[in-house]
Amino acid sequence: MALTQEEVLAGLAELVNDETGIATESVQLEKSFTDDLDIDSISMMTIVVNAEERFDVKIPDDEVKNLKTVKNAVDYIVGAQTQ
Amino acid sequence: MSTALKNTAHREGSRILAFGAARGDVDVVNDDLVGPIDSSDEWIRQRTGITSRKRASKELTIDMLAETAGREALEKAGIDGSQLGAIIISTISNPVQTPSLASLVGERLGAHLVPAFDISAACAGYTYGIAQADALIRSGAAEYVLVIGAEKLSEVIDPTDRSISFLLGDGAGAAVMGASDEVGVSESVWGSDGSKWDVIHMTNSLYDMRDNGAPWPTLRQEGPTVFRWAVWEMAKVAREALEKAGIGPQDLAAFVPHQANMRIIDEFAKQLKLPDSVVIARDIETTGNTSAASIPLATHQLLEDHPELSGGLSLQIGFGAGLVYGAQVIRLP
Repeated sequence: MALTQEEVLAGLAELVNDETGIATESVQLEKSFTDDLDIDSISMMTIVVNAEERFDVKIPDDEVKNLKTVKNAVDYIVGAQTQ
Repeated sequence: MSTALKNTAHREGSRILAFGAARGDVDVVNDDLVGPIDSSDEWIRQRTGITSRKRASKELTIDMLAETAGREALEKAGIDGSQLGAIIISTISNPVQTPSLASLVGERLGAHLVPAFDISAACAGYTYGIAQADALIRSGAAEYVLVIGAEKLSEVIDPTDRSISFLLGDGAGAAVMGASDEVGVSESVWGSDGSKWDVIHMTNSLYDMRDNGAPWPTLRQEGPTVFRWAVWEMAKVAREALEKAGIGPQDLAAFVPHQANMRIIDEFAKQLKLPDSVVIARDIETTGNTSAASIPLATHQLLEDHPELSGGLSLQIGFGAGLVYGAQVIRLP
């Protein structure tokens, strides 16, 4: 059963928290990973790999560059789940 | 019936007898590099774990670094250059395409008429060299082999590059291998993935320089892609190397990954679930990333800092431009 946008956001927020210590409530859809959350490219890749495992999706390297905001990532994961 | 041919008798195993090391003579701290990349000491530390890197002054050339490291390893092993059955140098920064660095350095070390050749396998080059030396010794083709990783990477950097240049250092690390009744080097797990050929690359070729006036070539990398491959794909290779050696993480005394970036080393160790008893090499903090030289340099340092590790097992894994990788478990001298 595919997860909803809210469920993916909650799961992603936990992964961000695990990697960076950023509070889960700060991980909001409109936030930019780099500008607002100050997540560097290496931490971002760690979050991506952990998200692949948690949500059972594939996120290619080329796609990671397009995941600027939390919403970009949530939408991508929601879409990838249903494919 | 045709006449039978003769060849050498096989041997049971090989082992590393001694390490040698030579580092650049200048400590380059982060503050020395931050201007052209609009960065800070904190930014570099956070992303790489490097506080300073060893770089060689103009007068200290790559062949001098290789010779110094090789001489120390031979002396510690108690053998003479003339006893070598082969000398293998891995490098990507030798300023001449030919002749090889190995034949020059070998001659200076007394290895006259000894087979000598260079290999190009970037940051996996030392582990490629160990794999070849192990095979040469076990086949009976050589009794002793000198393997050196030598780099003067400060010659192929761009001060304005934010992808890799600020990581790099200069140095040479050497290992003398010899025949052994017991297995001192496990079966190597090595390979290449040419589908990622350009993930770590030079900015242009010699032809580009000659025909199009392109600038001096320097190194670049796609950092996040390399990070993902170096941790999660290489963790699989490391586990396979342990399996082929017939041991588990709990049997290791040390873990010496290529000193690419402290963040890679930390995440790598996490993925392997190494017990606290395993000492992890972190030479990168003050030496920087020295490509083919990094594993022997880091192991040399580890044995100086922790002499009690002597006789223990060390998992070493190299990975880099190609992309190429190589891993084996060795018994520390």
